Amino acid sequence: MSTTTFSHEFNYETFKGKVSFPTGIFIDGQFSAGSDNTTIDVINPSTGKVVTSIAEGTAKDVDRAAAAAKRAFETSWGLKIPGARRGELLYKLADLIEQHSDELAALEALDNGKTFNLAKGLDLGMSVGTIRYYGGWADKIHGQVIETHEGNLSYTRHEPIGVVGQIIPWNFPLLMMAWKIGPALATGNCIVLKPSEFTPLTALRVCSLINEAGFPPGVVNVVTGYGEIAGRAISEHLGIDKVAFTGSTLVGRKVMEAAARSNLKNVTLELGGKSPNIVFNDADLDLAINWSSHGIYFNHGQCCCASSRIFVQSGIYDEFLKRFTAKSQTLKLGDPFGSDSHQGPQVSQIQFDRIMGYINSGKEQGAKVHLGGERHGTEGYWIQPTIFTDARPDMRIVQEEIFGPVCVIIKFENEEDVLRQANDSLYGLAAAVFTKDITRGIQFAHSLHAGTAWINCTNSLYPNVPFGGFKQSGIGRELGEYALNNYTNVKAVQVNLGVRI
Amino acid sequence: MANVVELSVPKSNSKIRVQTGLFINNDFVPSVDNIEPIRVYNPSTEEELCTVTAASAKDVDIAVAAARKAFRETWGKNVSGFERSRLINKLADLMERDKQTLAELECLNNGKPVKIARDFDIGDSIGCLRYYAGWADKILGQSIEIDHKTKIAITHPEPVGVCGQIIPWNYPIQMWAWKVAPALAVGCTIVMKPSEITPLTALKLSELVKEAGFPPGVINTIPSLGSVGGLALAAHRGVDKVAFTGSTVTGRKVMEAAANSNLKKVSLELGGKSPQLVFASADIEQAANWAALGILYNTGQDCTAGSRLYVQDNIYDKFVATLAAKAKELVIGDGFDERSGGGPVVSKTQYDRVWSYIESGKKQGARVIVGGERRTTPGYWVDATIFTDIRPDMKIVEEEIFGPVLSVGKFHTEQEAIDLANDTTYGLAAGLHSTDQAQCHRVSSALEAGTIWINQYNVLYNNVPFGGKKQSGVGRELGSHALDEYISTKAVHWNYGENIEWPL
Repeated sequence: MSTTTFSHEFNYETFKGKVSFPTGIFIDGQFSAGSDNTTIDVINPSTGKVVTSIAEGTAKDVDRAAAAAKRAFETSWGLKIPGARRGELLYKLADLIEQHSDELAALEALDNGKTFNLAKGLDLGMSVGTIRYYGGWADKIHGQVIETHEGNLSYTRHEPIGVVGQIIPWNFPLLMMAWKIGPALATGNCIVLKPSEFTPLTALRVCSLINEAGFPPGVVNVVTGYGEIAGRAISEHLGIDKVAFTGSTLVGRKVMEAAARSNLKNVTLELGGKSPNIVFNDADLDLAINWSSHGIYFNHGQCCCASSRIFVQSGIYDEFLKRFTAKSQTLKLGDPFGSDSHQGPQVSQIQFDRIMGYINSGKEQGAKVHLGGERHGTEGYWIQPTIFTDARPDMRIVQEEIFGPVCVIIKFENEEDVLRQANDSLYGLAAAVFTKDITRGIQFAHSLHAGTAWINCTNSLYPNVPFGGFKQSGIGRELGEYALNNYTNVKAVQVNLGVRI
Repeated sequence: MANVVELSVPKSNSKIRVQTGLFINNDFVPSVDNIEPIRVYNPSTEEELCTVTAASAKDVDIAVAAARKAFRETWGKNVSGFERSRLINKLADLMERDKQTLAELECLNNGKPVKIARDFDIGDSIGCLRYYAGWADKILGQSIEIDHKTKIAITHPEPVGVCGQIIPWNYPIQMWAWKVAPALAVGCTIVMKPSEITPLTALKLSELVKEAGFPPGVINTIPSLGSVGGLALAAHRGVDKVAFTGSTVTGRKVMEAAANSNLKKVSLELGGKSPQLVFASADIEQAANWAALGILYNTGQDCTAGSRLYVQDNIYDKFVATLAAKAKELVIGDGFDERSGGGPVVSKTQYDRVWSYIESGKKQGARVIVGGERRTTPGYWVDATIFTDIRPDMKIVEEEIFGPVLSVGKFHTEQEAIDLANDTTYGLAAGLHSTDQAQCHRVSSALEAGTIWINQYNVLYNNVPFGGKKQSGVGRELGSHALDEYISTKAVHWNYGENIEWPL
């Protein structure tokens, strides 16, 4: 088993330091090459250049990982270990991630393109908080005792499912790992996790921390690889009892199909969105502008819950558009390690091309580019904050998820009409409404077909508040107590205390 | 100026520093009243260890005011569950760091062996803090359907407020942890009165509270006589809730004082006279081990002590002989001696009490088959003592002794065993030993106690609730249930769309 080491020197005002850690396919606590000895290039989206290459995991590696996970589940994890001990290890891992915050933030900025400051402040903070949150649940997985009659003792156990596959995206690499492993480990499952092939570095760094924290080997296994190969292998694996996927709706379908065709494994999905943001005439305009900007430009628009359709009531439309445009122009595009950069590059060439493709389609279908609409710079994948107006509901930029710093601003007059338009989507991940009239805010929140409804804010998440989609935005909920349901199998136990038949 | 004492640790060169003032607003301060200080003794040697400041009723006022201010300004709704979780975990880390010192201090003051204090009392206490740290950001209310057009109802689980907590001397550190952890997790502030017999570890833990970073006034520690500080807390109009662990006699006084003052919420963990039942199908060797543990652990100074034992008649002789041999194996001795499995009883008062029960048992005609003889060396020693040939009306059978004194009786039928077990005003715990599963369920269902142990005894877990039925208590500690004792639910009915007509 050979291991490779990734070493990199960072020399920026925001972060100076050398990082060095083993990479490879992480199975049973050890790093190795992939079964075919092939590799995947890791590209820095700020430069478009290869930073390193990492092992490519194949179906054979997934087999090996699933076997290791199964062995660990039957011997050193699952119900072989008390919840309090699982919690202790999760807390230890959270502490280690926190101690290595700078290093992990730097890796994230290098690999994903988000700014170092954002990675450190948000991604790291919430990752640590999420793992700690689930550490606290580990010894609190209660079943019920249910009264039937005196000759029968009935109770439920919330058992871990067993070996779970987790496929995570590239937009918040470390954070998505935390959201996945937290509840799965707290409830006693063993994991085969596939990070995105675009952004594997922080997941690989965390593998060493998992060893250091003291998790038994095989409890968490990480197989870096391509979606169509390693991801597919996980989805169809007969030895994996559940798959959790976050990514596009298109791929989510394939995961669910593969699960259905193979062993009908339990499936939870966090997919795309085209979330509406409705700004009423009576909104606090400054509040609305700032949150709306956050709603679409946060993380360079690479956010499943991005508020990408902004509906503005006619009474304030002109003022909103003017101020929102001005706000958009203040966002500084720059190097992820720049101390005042707000927006780095999009994550990859493919994403860059996709987003530019949508921008072109908007132009071709007759929408107006009110701001931006072009590449920024000549190196790396920066795209200017882009505002479309005068769009029609049937346009692709209105219907399809762009996943970039591109929004459509749509004028509306009538409440019923905007509610209908907002809900007129195959997606249903999130929605936002800005108004000072709390009655209207609550009524809208209750009427919007979305898993999260924000009143007077956007993109606000907490580890203990559930998150997930209606309709084709997903199945199941992450975060909060609700996530535990994704990783437990309810067993009802009935003890017959003397009923003879 | 408040004082610091240095206590020598036997068999070592180390010393333990203890601040002996009142801990209020994160500072150790003198009393404003200068009443007689509390004398603290080492029960293994009968020697005085030191004195600590005794809180007067005026000091209690000051502590309560500090807790109220913290509740209003820096704790309560001013701190997130995430932050409470972090601080409680930090406190657990510090206890882990200092566990040897804390164990030695506990042994000096309470007498229990150092290794038991460290690995069990303190180990479980650290687990308790971590358990409740995990709850702090998971205190959930409900959103409740009214109609979907004009109203919503939500419940907010609010912290009840300033809590007076009065803890006993048998598990000073562990009782401290059981009390502070859920209260802090929910967001309450605390005025803690440790037992006047064993105040030292609570004072030492107060240093860790400050080091962990809790804002001033969140926890205040005021050693005091029960009749002074305890009563003052129970009667205080500025205290929203009192939690008391101790005797049933004192528990009544706490509840009366609460009722007469401001009807503050009350939870009580009181005494017990818990029975163990050994049925014919039981594994005799194991049942004898558990029975021995049940009455001898912590030298019988346990509210759940299995102090009555009823054995099915057809295995009686064999079982009792087995148990008697095991009881004699326990080494009760100095807590700093590695061989000791138990220490002295905690004080002269307790020593006199337990011995008077032993004398009464003899006088009322019960037969001593193990122990019953006093030692002649200094220290409050009571060795394992077993009485047989008991009658239900004997004092040793009816009343809580709180020492390593067991009363053993006999039964014929299962129903007789249940009746004997339930024939008490207490209802804290009970144990049954049987390999007949239906019997286990029937009997556990019939026993009137808050904790039933089947084929074990005296084993508790931080995530399983604990408390008494009947006169053994009100409310539950441990598990998620303890949180309810510190939560005051507010229901918010939010009308956002109904206009009513007037007159109706």
